[in-house]
Amino acid sequence: MRRALPLALALLLAAAPAGAVNPDEMLPDPALEHRARELGRELRCLVCQNQSIDDSDADLARDLRVIVRERIQAGDSDGAVKQYLVERYGDFVLLKPPFRPGTWALWLGPFLLLIGAVAAARTVYRRRRAEGAQAPAPLSAEERRRLDALLRDDPS
Amino acid sequence: MIPELGHYALVLALFVAFAQAVVPLVGAARGEVAWMEFGRAAALVQMLLIGVAFGALTWAYVVSDFSVANVAQNSHSAKPMLYKVAGVWANHEGSLLLWITILAAFGLAVAMGGRNLPPGLRARVLSVQAGITVGFLLFILFTSNPFDRLSPAPLNGNGLNPLLQDPGLAFHPPFLYLGYVGFSMAFSFAIAALIEGRVDPAWARWVRPWTLAAWTFLTLGIAMGSWWAYYELGWGGWWFWDPVENASFLPWLAGTALLHSAVVVEKRDALKSWTILLAIIAFSLSLLGTFLVRSGVLTSVHAFATDPARGVFILALLVIVTGGSLTLYAVRAPALKAGGLFAPISREGSLLLNNVLMATAAGTVLLGTLYPLIADALDLGKVSVGPPFFNMVFVPLMVPMIVVMAAGPLLAWKRGDLPGTLMRLRVALAITIAAFVATWAVMGGGVGQLAAAGGIALAVWLFCGTLAEFAERIRLFRVSPGESLRRAARLPRAAWGMTITHAGLAVVVAGITGSSAWQVEKIQVMRPGETVEVSGYSYTFTGVVEGREDNYAFTRGRFEVGREGRPITVMEPEKRQYANPPRPTTEAAIHGTFLGDLYAAIGDADGTGGWVTRIYFNPLVPWMWTGGLMLVFGGLVSLTDRRHRVGAPTRGRVAADAAAQPAE
Amino acid sequence: MRRLAYLLPVLLFAVVALFFLKGLGLNPREVPSPLIDKPAPALTLPLLKGDGQFTLAELKGRVTLINFFASWCVPCLSEHPLLMEMSKKGTLDIVGVAYKDKPEASLAWLARHGDPYRRIAVDNDGRTAIDWGVYGVPESYLVDGEGRIRFKQVGPLTREVLEKTVLPMVKELRK
Repeated sequence: MRRALPLALALLLAAAPAGAVNPDEMLPDPALEHRARELGRELRCLVCQNQSIDDSDADLARDLRVIVRERIQAGDSDGAVKQYLVERYGDFVLLKPPFRPGTWALWLGPFLLLIGAVAAARTVYRRRRAEGAQAPAPLSAEERRRLDALLRDDPS
Repeated sequence: MIPELGHYALVLALFVAFAQAVVPLVGAARGEVAWMEFGRAAALVQMLLIGVAFGALTWAYVVSDFSVANVAQNSHSAKPMLYKVAGVWANHEGSLLLWITILAAFGLAVAMGGRNLPPGLRARVLSVQAGITVGFLLFILFTSNPFDRLSPAPLNGNGLNPLLQDPGLAFHPPFLYLGYVGFSMAFSFAIAALIEGRVDPAWARWVRPWTLAAWTFLTLGIAMGSWWAYYELGWGGWWFWDPVENASFLPWLAGTALLHSAVVVEKRDALKSWTILLAIIAFSLSLLGTFLVRSGVLTSVHAFATDPARGVFILALLVIVTGGSLTLYAVRAPALKAGGLFAPISREGSLLLNNVLMATAAGTVLLGTLYPLIADALDLGKVSVGPPFFNMVFVPLMVPMIVVMAAGPLLAWKRGDLPGTLMRLRVALAITIAAFVATWAVMGGGVGQLAAAGGIALAVWLFCGTLAEFAERIRLFRVSPGESLRRAARLPRAAWGMTITHAGLAVVVAGITGSSAWQVEKIQVMRPGETVEVSGYSYTFTGVVEGREDNYAFTRGRFEVGREGRPITVMEPEKRQYANPPRPTTEAAIHGTFLGDLYAAIGDADGTGGWVTRIYFNPLVPWMWTGGLMLVFGGLVSLTDRRHRVGAPTRGRVAADAAAQPAE
Repeated sequence: MRRLAYLLPVLLFAVVALFFLKGLGLNPREVPSPLIDKPAPALTLPLLKGDGQFTLAELKGRVTLINFFASWCVPCLSEHPLLMEMSKKGTLDIVGVAYKDKPEASLAWLARHGDPYRRIAVDNDGRTAIDWGVYGVPESYLVDGEGRIRFKQVGPLTREVLEKTVLPMVKELRK
């Protein structure tokens, strides 16, 4: 019986990938439809492995696309549409996670990484300078001649 | 019999690899020449044995031997021969065997190729390489034997996922693995250097060609995968920031950083311990990718069938290889002598900034990829991290990098002259500003077009900066054109390689900008005879034909495409229904023009004589592929550099070169 | 201090490796429901057998398992014997919701494999299922006497989950 599960999953995933949005779902108003498309790219198709509802042919993705359009037509803001789905499926449905304590590390991580990397590079300069006791002097004429010779040989 | 032969060959290879992992290493420590030389013979035997195993599995696929479980699960007798062969590596077990085969091939290349390598270094490199092979052979033999038999044998196999039955994807994995596994060479050299306690310019020269080769293959592999997604998925997407895509992108970022920092080691004997660390990281990220794809800790469109036992095994392998090497690094790296001094504004400085940004980018992608797992493990709630996140954080990191990338190669080593360099870039800057304004105006102005115009300007800046640097090298307009030409001919291949790859990246940036900012899409139901207009091209739908090929049935739509009344081309997108396994696929029709791709796909019938059609104009996408090929071509050109071709110089000579550098 | 910097990579890696080790035991596909411990969404649907509507109000005062199923759903078959056993033993009331399934197909399927349900509602367009946060069948929700969702099982219910999690919870709720 355990074997049935992978099989069923395989069948679920068998839906062909092909630009998923169909004309019969689309809103007549291009501006609203555009909003729906943009929103669709930020919402995760829950049954699929890692696709947005905009990319997925799965049945549920279609249902969710229709719901998004209904909410938009009912006058919901983008945020309200997302909230509607979050109430049902949790933050998992958002491909761009909200900024909350649980995702601080995610959103602030890149900045911390950059600061850390720059700080590390600075330390390298500082320490070298301290060890070298002086700032690197500009090249002397003799050095430049040799360096030019090296570079001609080897300019990458 | 033949599958058993393959299995025995793998078992024998395990013993050989084990001996190769120990004997030369001990030999190098004791200075026993014969022991060190054993590594070369062992590498050859190992390659032969693993080659036999790979050949045996391929044979089982070619003759459709369904008594082999792996073949039965992944192949089918009605499959075209190309996909029978490609089917060998389109599954977990077979792809692992391919991985090991490539690992052995790289080992053999060091054993046979690097004649100028000092015997001690070569012996250690071969041992480290064999150590990795031991790990993977144990993994395949104990958890993922591709030669397992089925009894009774089924009459036919399950077939291969038709999405994978595609020429683009058939060769995508081998190139990807050549890249991943290629980084094992840099890794082995790094470990050998840590054991020896010596990193010098000669070491960097030996490592660079291997890293460059791996990087070139990986670039090609990623580009092929992206290209496949573009034409196969039916709407022109080419990158989704899926964990498995990120898993191939991470080693690429680290490998790119490594290529650049190795230059600093080679030319200036600086950034040594950082370069060693990068070599370890690049290969570790390749291993990490293997873990992510095969363990099931993250969800991905591309993941292999997963199995927790395998996950535990690869994790153990990852801990031994990465944990072990980083521990060795922590112990030995502080003893490495710090090298040459340089000012922040200098060639080295710009290369270091490249490394800072590349490392941050890699760290960011890694964080985003693993965050769902981290949040889950810490009970912070399930989250999804998708394209909107990655685009938001990755792009701002790449902008400064490209800005600096144009100027960096013009800076002098040791201490550069920023105002002077900027003076030399003034023409490039003027063209860039003009390109920005022109793009912005042509695309209709407004706030919405600022970012897109910025992207194009960035590409122009990099392209012009790269050309300016090249012009400088050949003293264009300062000496006679004939003399410039002679200078260009005399330039080392590595210089050509850099110019081509940097220009290629500029073209890629333009392509990415165009395709993400200005894609035009029309989705509608069309009846035969109807016409739609997309980006100035008219598409007249003339109907569909149905037909059969060996292993699929197709529905083929036909569009007559014209512009201003003149016919341009006929486009015939298909919808296919494969038989084994039964799955539909779409095959988009693409017509490339200089400014972009015309792209048409056909969907379902609406039941009343109409068909869903999806028509796109994908601006500058051909530029992306052209730029990607330029990256690969530049890498290949650089690989043919004299120094790389005739093999690295002896350590004595380079050491003398290094000594001849200005004292500090 | 300087040597410490060289230790940093291996320490960072150790942290990542620990996450991986933990991750091997987690299921990345499982989406926890934000509805746990919240009042269940409306479930007003036509009945499969006979006329009339099913409403949640019917369940007031009793602990019930709401099970979304379909005749086309392969994994549903794997939990079905367990549901049958529960219904025979009278362990727990089960209400079925046929998800995007033709009524004839549901009826035929139940006739063939047995009917463990006290009541069966029909969710033809799958909208109620979306309100409940269903993203695949089968899914089961444990609803308490006050109409709150207390537990959600994604995928087939297993004996292990039933005995270790659901039944103790039921016992607690019935107090």
